[in-house]
Amino acid sequence: MNETMPIDPEKVEPVKSVGVPMPLVDGPEKVSGKANYTADFMELDALVGRILRSPVAHAEILSIDTAAAEALPGVEALVTGADFVGQFGVLPIARTEWPIARDRVRYRGEPIAAVAAIDVETAQKALDLIEFEYTELPAYFTADDAIAEGVTPLHEKRPNNVERHVEYDLGEVDKGFEDADLIREGTYDCAEVCQVQTEPHAALAAYDGERDQLTVHASTQVPYYVHLMLEQTLGMPKSKIRVIKPHIGGGFGSRTECLHVELVASALARKCNGTVRIILSREETFVTHRGRPEQKTTLKIGMSKDGRITAVDTTTTQHGGAYAGYGTVTILYSGSMVFALYDIQNARYNGYRVLTNTPPCGAFRGHGTVNVRFAFESLMDDMATELGLDPFEVRRKNLLKAPTFTANDLMVNSYGLPECLDIVEKASGWKDRKGKLEPYRGLGIACSHYVSGASKPVNWTGEPHATVNIKLDFDGSLTILTGAPEIGQGSSTILTQCVAEVLGLDVTRIRILTSDSLVTPKDNGAYSSRVTYMVGNAAIDAATNLKAILTEAAARKMDVQPEDVECLGEVYRAGSQDQGMTFEEVVIAALEGTGTITARGNFDTIPESWGGDKYRGAAIGGSMAFSYAAQVVEIAIDPDTADIHVEKVWVAHDCGKALNPLSVEGQIEGSVWMGMGQAMTEETRYHNGLGITGNMLDYRVPTIIESPPIETHIVESIDPHGPFGAKEAGEASLAGFLPALTNAIADALDIRVSELPITPDRLMEIMEDKKKEASKKVDA
Amino acid sequence: MKNFISMTLNGRSRDDAVPGNMLLVDFLRETVGMTGTKIGCDGGECGCCTVLIDGKPRHACLTLAASCDGTEVETIESLETGGRLSAIQRGFHEKLGAQCGFCTPGMVMAAEGLLRENANPNEDEIRQGMAANICRCTGYVKIIESVQAAAEEIASKEDAA
Ligand code: FES
Ligand code: FES
Repeated sequence: MNETMPIDPEKVEPVKSVGVPMPLVDGPEKVSGKANYTADFMELDALVGRILRSPVAHAEILSIDTAAAEALPGVEALVTGADFVGQFGVLPIARTEWPIARDRVRYRGEPIAAVAAIDVETAQKALDLIEFEYTELPAYFTADDAIAEGVTPLHEKRPNNVERHVEYDLGEVDKGFEDADLIREGTYDCAEVCQVQTEPHAALAAYDGERDQLTVHASTQVPYYVHLMLEQTLGMPKSKIRVIKPHIGGGFGSRTECLHVELVASALARKCNGTVRIILSREETFVTHRGRPEQKTTLKIGMSKDGRITAVDTTTTQHGGAYAGYGTVTILYSGSMVFALYDIQNARYNGYRVLTNTPPCGAFRGHGTVNVRFAFESLMDDMATELGLDPFEVRRKNLLKAPTFTANDLMVNSYGLPECLDIVEKASGWKDRKGKLEPYRGLGIACSHYVSGASKPVNWTGEPHATVNIKLDFDGSLTILTGAPEIGQGSSTILTQCVAEVLGLDVTRIRILTSDSLVTPKDNGAYSSRVTYMVGNAAIDAATNLKAILTEAAARKMDVQPEDVECLGEVYRAGSQDQGMTFEEVVIAALEGTGTITARGNFDTIPESWGGDKYRGAAIGGSMAFSYAAQVVEIAIDPDTADIHVEKVWVAHDCGKALNPLSVEGQIEGSVWMGMGQAMTEETRYHNGLGITGNMLDYRVPTIIESPPIETHIVESIDPHGPFGAKEAGEASLAGFLPALTNAIADALDIRVSELPITPDRLMEIMEDKKKEASKKVDA
Repeated sequence: MKNFISMTLNGRSRDDAVPGNMLLVDFLRETVGMTGTKIGCDGGECGCCTVLIDGKPRHACLTLAASCDGTEVETIESLETGGRLSAIQRGFHEKLGAQCGFCTPGMVMAAEGLLRENANPNEDEIRQGMAANICRCTGYVKIIESVQAAAEEIASKEDAA
């Protein structure tokens, strides 16, 4: 603001930030190449860290002889499992992984040693000199093999290789099926998929031997968990560790838990009292993946003639690799979310998380909900067809009415799904076009939902769910300090908008500093779509507290009561005739006697949102709010090649108040598209436990060529507890694509696809089989 | 074996001695210290390393630095003028063509190459021109819009001139 120009208070208005489409606050760095990602910190003295990985899928380690490697000139440090004092894992109940294997390796690619050397060639040579002796053990690559009679357990505590069996029986399931007019059952299979974020995992660890301090830059979504795991695995005091998350090239759940790379780089740095940089290759990133497990779901639904669902029975098995990771939560999410999108009172669930000798899976975007949604929306569609009901109608028949609690006690205060359905029905021209398209064309619909942060944190400490500080100093600039990791989802922009909105200031007055444990408050991290909801609320709280301080200072100066002060953003005044004080003047007044101000804001979940206790693990799924989405997919299939072309997607997503409609759109488009990848081309494959799709060509990520136009509609159901009414925007729209696509295939070809990805090869085979069946019938 | 090379990098000529097996992307990042060009894969899969060599988009991870002797190399660092974003960079910023931003330097350079060849591409031509670049965040919808916005901005500037 120009200080020589008198401000006309009549013209001053608080600036609106929320609800305004806004480019990202860190956009200029990103588009100019100035944004630094972990690999971009070119420390001149950094050593190259490299990891030796197991060539076998399951073996007892007899010896790891590192003498020759250590003697190689240029090798500055070498670590094995013996250099760590504790295991790591995201769930306190399942910290079963050593940063580098000890005693046993459980998957091909598991780290068995690591070196730090002066250059890549020396590091590689050193790895080649390490002698690894082992006795092979039986290895299991499918869930069926892993749980067969008489297997060798991967972990002593899991004698039958079942990491977790989850079960519930809610309402009266058997009676529900008795009451049904139609009962159908189907089995649905989704392949393992990988996040393939564009930035390969990287860590830069610097150890200061003089002070015994460790500073780690890591490509992570959860710097706080990295901090904790460094403490536990290295046996270092937390206070001697500093974790910084610089820019990161996408997450999607690939780094919602601490990974080996951060821990190994740090152990090497400590051992050589130096700086070590580990940048994983793309192939290694596929091994480190923490992707979505292969999952097979058998689903039974009972339905009345008019489309009401009377009962649901789900049995599902995930094989999630050699360590628990997030697995227990994944199988719990599948259970808590499979039916809770709709008003269903009778539901039974048996979920099995199985350990196999493959790299561990984790919490891929849409965590736990995607593959069961595929099953549910597919079977629902088939049953609608059989009953002669429109797929939209059958969904409308089963809607919840907010506010309510689902049968598993999930709190639902806002539910924009009905509007989502109306919008995509209209936008896609469903009523006029469904069933009337040319041959080999089809339309399909599906719904989906997701949590806005888990109401119970993984790591319970008694602290609030989120804390934000705002620093205000003599220059009148505001700095938001938050541990919430910006991972490309736009959280820094959202938090800036929230603060700007409360204070009525333009966003350009506000700067944000994120994820450096030296200066920012602790934050649990960017996962389960918690940041906008939880950290957004904490940011609003902090800004509100700051505004109270400013208002009081202005009142003092103007000699009025604080409640008489009106905050117009750049001007604070008392009474409409008053010239008021400029923001700068208010800041000077507020700093009198106190100096720099730091206002803090917190957020906590309410007990009603904790998910109840009807079965063991029922808290997983509990959230303050759920987002909802519906999407219609239109396809054209080439009858000769079975190539599926997605013509268009119409999606409507209820994210509550869209704080930044531009980034909400970006999140929805990205989700739908990622769902398309899983549905059509993506699949992590192994041969005897050896990854054979460890690059972005064999693991087929869709290119711009085959990516469809996506028409995005935002539904704002306004959640009573959300920040300005906002909810989740970045995950729910993924799951719907899978069944919307296969429902469209059913519409086009009268073929039910129950195995994903549906590549042209697979579809061709099904089409051929169908033709043969048909001709057999004619012959007979 | 070192090779002596002379190239023009972002408008400035320079002479270097590089090992014969050094990739252009490593030369740019490690030797020159320009880290705007990213590495997203083990070679030729993602396009994050796209730079212009003699005006044409190329994978810096598939190009030997030694082979750039006598060429003109342009990277993401060259596009701003007077501290202001170029039209393409502005397009990607304002239309949200960049979310995490890791694919962005490569995307922007691919778009730069495309728009120099064809100032007014239709949607199909944009898709063809950007087909070697993977983005995992955007679903490409806003990338197409970013390139379109940039093409319009460039055209309107030229009209005004
Ligand atoms: S780094 Fe992936 S193509 Fe060059
Ligand atoms: S913006 Fe993240 S990969 Fe493209």
